Amino acid sequence: MNHVSVFVLNQDSAYEFYVNKLGFKVHTDAPMGPGMRWITVCPPEQPDLEISLMSIDEGMMFKGEAAKQMRDLVAKGTFGFGVFECNDLMATYEEMKSKGIVFKKPPTKEFYGYEALFVDDSGNWFSLGQRK
Amino acid sequence: MNGKWDGGKSTVMKKYTEEYPKFYLYKRIVQTKLFIDSHYSSKIDLNDIADEALFSKFHFIRLFKSIYAKTPHQYLTKVRLDKAQELLQQNLSVTDVCFEVGFESLSSFTGLFKRMIKTSPSVYQKQFQERQRKIKEAPLQFVPNCWAENKGWKK
Repeated sequence: MNHVSVFVLNQDSAYEFYVNKLGFKVHTDAPMGPGMRWITVCPPEQPDLEISLMSIDEGMMFKGEAAKQMRDLVAKGTFGFGVFECNDLMATYEEMKSKGIVFKKPPTKEFYGYEALFVDDSGNWFSLGQRK
Repeated sequence: MNGKWDGGKSTVMKKYTEEYPKFYLYKRIVQTKLFIDSHYSSKIDLNDIADEALFSKFHFIRLFKSIYAKTPHQYLTKVRLDKAQELLQQNLSVTDVCFEVGFESLSSFTGLFKRMIKTSPSVYQKQFQERQRKIKEAPLQFVPNCWAENKGWKK
């Protein structure tokens, strides 16, 4: 896989979160006309996985009320978009917390290792794991 | 030792200390990592850091490596090279970038950059500029068609 999308409420704020807090690298940042932007970021160790920070606009994908409904669902924390793995969960958790990242679940022992859940600036949550 | 971090009040913290026996060490190692992240441009003596963290140098390096898979020195170099790439993207000259990120000699900077990034700083900068030019000229080349259509960007 080389592209995956995360629906965000605000692309500027998502950029701040994913790049400046999470430490992801900007892959492509292309202006697409007034108020529109195609922006993809990648985890530092996975330069080929582009995570597209997609704004939720009314259009072909979200018709009529759907855009507003989708924004509401994202803000409510409905969606979990993926699982990240790190070398050391406790250290990563400490660092992310110090940067103000919110966790829904602190590092917890699971049968396969450890897991924590963090939330992005829109409300999307991700699992952060360590296998050991 | 645990109480030092949580005042003995937090059950969450208590849980970690049970599951991570060396939890109190984590904060110090993470603080060291964050120190390198923010002070990479100055002359950092890693012996000083170990002293400050109250570890023996050997113990400190071993713990740091167990968490970040790099020695503090290797990590500092990585941070400097990462920052160097960011500054090259902002069109700073190679010489300015070299000293800005904390290297003391241009030849060691370019040598290290070439070895780790597999291209010279000046070529890296040119390639980045070229890609930016293409993005500006024809942004749709960089967007998968399905998304471009959905967004109504394809006319």
